[in-house]
Amino acid sequence: MKTILLEILYIMAGLVALFTAYLALQDKKHPTRLGSTIFWALLAFAFIFGKYVPAQLVAVILIVMGVLTALNKVQFGSQKNSSPEFRQEKSNNFKNKLFIPALSIAVFAFGIAQFTSLGGLVGLGIGAFVATIIALVMTGAEASYVAYDGSRLLQQVGSASILPQLLAALGSLFAAAGVGDVIASSISGVIPQGNILLGVIAYCLGMALFTIIMGNAFAAFAVITAGIGMPFVYSQGADPAVAGALALTAGYCGTLMTPMAANFNIVPAAILETNNQNRVIISQFAFALVMLFIHIILMYWLAF
Amino acid sequence: MIRLIGVLIIIIGFIFKLDIIAVVLTAGIITGLVGGLSLNEILKTLGEAFITNRYMSLFLVTLPVIGILERYGLKERAAALIKNIKAATPGKVLTTYTLIRELAAAFSLRLGGHVQFIRPLVFPMAEGAAKVSYRDLDEHSIEQLKGYAASAENFANFFGQNVFIAAGGVLLIVGTLSELGVEVTPLQVSKASLPIAIIAFVLAAVYYNILDRRLAHRLGKISQGGKQ
Repeated sequence: MKTILLEILYIMAGLVALFTAYLALQDKKHPTRLGSTIFWALLAFAFIFGKYVPAQLVAVILIVMGVLTALNKVQFGSQKNSSPEFRQEKSNNFKNKLFIPALSIAVFAFGIAQFTSLGGLVGLGIGAFVATIIALVMTGAEASYVAYDGSRLLQQVGSASILPQLLAALGSLFAAAGVGDVIASSISGVIPQGNILLGVIAYCLGMALFTIIMGNAFAAFAVITAGIGMPFVYSQGADPAVAGALALTAGYCGTLMTPMAANFNIVPAAILETNNQNRVIISQFAFALVMLFIHIILMYWLAF
Repeated sequence: MIRLIGVLIIIIGFIFKLDIIAVVLTAGIITGLVGGLSLNEILKTLGEAFITNRYMSLFLVTLPVIGILERYGLKERAAALIKNIKAATPGKVLTTYTLIRELAAAFSLRLGGHVQFIRPLVFPMAEGAAKVSYRDLDEHSIEQLKGYAASAENFANFFGQNVFIAAGGVLLIVGTLSELGVEVTPLQVSKASLPIAIIAFVLAAVYYNILDRRLAHRLGKISQGGKQ
């Protein structure tokens, strides 16, 4: 039951990508009309049929998608939100009722995960479905906006939307190639295996440092969890949910301290017209250090 | 050591801001090759992992409803709520924003942003509160306030988002651990993210309180006309 519902959800997600491809094709003013159409159509194919075709074909599809993004052929089209006046007027009419559909997604996702055996992902899908119905009934918007606005937002997020999924695949390749073993063996010269506290410190600091270098905690998580987390934390009997959750946010402490995370630190400084382009990082530094220290204590205390 | 070349490729890719999708794919394929996998094995691993991890991109099904709500003024309504914050000092403005923003993140309401909220709303409100609280707000203090205003968005966003059961970070944790042979559910991870979310808020409140004190100490307080 759960598997079937999940598969239906993947088809729904695939349809969102397929509509995006279709609307990109229809978008005469699209700067990268053909590239965007192919990119989103391939993603739709992977979502809907990926399970039934050879995995190698899916990988080739990903490589084609990668070539398209590398050539900068996947950009935002000319789709528009409503006018500022219309939005202001509607926002005054509906007031806080506007939050109801959005909140219902999270409420359904949590409720279904907590009280049924279907899990949070099925909950997310059911929540999104119910929220869409509520939003359509409440606003009286034409049903065609389901496709139009879904596609507008997906093109805004752009190719980065597949990044988490791709990073997990990267982690899988790293594991198959034995990258974790290399990191683990070079670190085990410094940290004695079997010492829980040192393992926790290495995992949290490793996440923060790697994120500082790469500017992306998601990418760091795949590498550091395989290299440090597995041999020095999880294998010693850590609660994996607690250790995993804290490792990722330990990485976020690194995000707060690095100019490499330009979206979060450098761009906002520019938007606020600060004199020092590192102003946001300076303001966050002490907070990030204290939080990192707390992460180590918390992981040591709650995961074991 | 040569097997770490993939890590190096990712670092170089990020430093030179190359296309991230292409960088990750390149890193994976080259790592597989130097790790002794055949091209067929590499493609098979890559494709299989991508398909098993499809659930990470399930947020796609929430985009239509969010798009429609934005068409009908969702962000404008959120801005109106933020404008209603009544706080006497810049630190209290930022603490209140952190609270609202973190709750929104925990419910997966993507309502923040430096462009949409910090620059047009939160920073001006913090600056306004500073002008009525402290004497002679100098340029350095304004610069400092800008940095702190931007930080509120990041603190709340980063440490609140994983409380949501289908957050990108939560699913990344579930997926990565699963690839490494450790099984956890999204519900477990989102619950495990709650303590640090609460701690982050408390620490932010303390942090912004210290900011208030430093400003008061440096600039001097304006006494509030007999009011306590």
